[in-house]
Amino acid sequence: MIPAPFRHVRVDTVEAAIAALIEHGDEAKLLAGGHSLLPIMKLRLATPGVLVDLGGVSSLSTIRMDGEELVIGAGTRHRDVHQSPIVTSAAPLLAYASSLVGDPQVRNRGTIGGSIVHADPAADLPCAMLALDARFVLQSSTGLRSIGVDEFFLGFWTTAMDVNEVMVEIRIPRQETGWSYQKFTTRSQDWATVAVAVAGGRISLASMAETPVRAGAAEAELAQGKGPVAAGALADAGTRPPEDLRASSDYRRNLAQVLTERALVEAATRR
Amino acid sequence: MTAYTSRVEITINGDRAAHDVEDRTLLVHFIREHEGLTGTHVGCDTSNCGACTVLLDGDAVKSCTVLAVQAHGHAVTTVEGLSGPYDGRSAVQEGFRQCHGLQCGYCTPGMLMACTALLASNPSPTGRDVRHALEGNLCRCTGYQMIVDSVLWAAEHPADNRSQHSGAA
Repeated sequence: MIPAPFRHVRVDTVEAAIAALIEHGDEAKLLAGGHSLLPIMKLRLATPGVLVDLGGVSSLSTIRMDGEELVIGAGTRHRDVHQSPIVTSAAPLLAYASSLVGDPQVRNRGTIGGSIVHADPAADLPCAMLALDARFVLQSSTGLRSIGVDEFFLGFWTTAMDVNEVMVEIRIPRQETGWSYQKFTTRSQDWATVAVAVAGGRISLASMAETPVRAGAAEAELAQGKGPVAAGALADAGTRPPEDLRASSDYRRNLAQVLTERALVEAATRR
Repeated sequence: MTAYTSRVEITINGDRAAHDVEDRTLLVHFIREHEGLTGTHVGCDTSNCGACTVLLDGDAVKSCTVLAVQAHGHAVTTVEGLSGPYDGRSAVQEGFRQCHGLQCGYCTPGMLMACTALLASNPSPTGRDVRHALEGNLCRCTGYQMIVDSVLWAAEHPADNRSQHSGAA
């Protein structure tokens, strides 16, 4: 399978990428690691006329602390996030979730920003971002803006980003609380049938709706001092789990409950 | 439809490969069709099976999911670039031979490259390490056990496990 014809535009700064997006309008798509975009282009589910290649923008692949905030460049590869001592210290949930994305070859190419903006509800990192209360820094021709994860995911493969914006940074408050990431798959390299991320009092779910979602009822139960069993039993409240080849919607509801209970038990051991 | 083309230069197995290719050309097709190196296989063509695995600057990648233009200016090692002291074969290749790590052989080039990358970063893996490192490579013949044995054989034989041109540090 070969993508439909497109023009490849190489850029080495974010500003040049934004200029290219503005020049080519709706036709243009940003290319980072390409491990979400290229597969859907090969399937002709996406046929952009221009690919603006961020691969040469070295400023996008940095990891640092800014006070009590972990700052990760959007172009940082999953492998580098997983292996970073800074990430392991400040947001161990993210380091661990990054080690479960796809397989080793995918993690050698795919980027954290690429996975987030692709916004697949079954993906590991959007779910992790939601539990970690991340903020995303977006750059456009008018400057920078920051958006919280709770406002970011709008629908299947759909985010609150404007077409001429580039995600440049992911900002995560240093985690001091217990955490867990529970991913259920039938094959190791698969997307999650269901996954649950817990960071302190925030609980998020993958593959339980059109976007990653917070398990609000379970969080409320937890906030009232209830334990993992009581909170886990409410994990699927308000969700709309899909029905597909991997699992029925009822099976996913059950998984969400079981995995949330397990995640809360594990997170409690890490306080 | 306009065919957009670019000049792409990639160092493959130590040799410079330069071709004018369509921008949409995948790295695996650059390697197989433009360079004529057909050891790298196309399996699923959906970045699942790993038969197309090559090393890009020393990292294992699926060459069906990388554009040739993305590899411009970089170094690629294919299965043809593996060599070593076992009648020209690397320790990983010899391990597959000694432990019968293949039957039909279709997945083997990708397996060899993924295993080569594993041993470059982890020279003494456990069986569990090997299984995790091969999550991205599917084999429909062997049931994997003999592939794991092959990698462990290579790890126990202190020859140069890396290719000469992997670019790995």
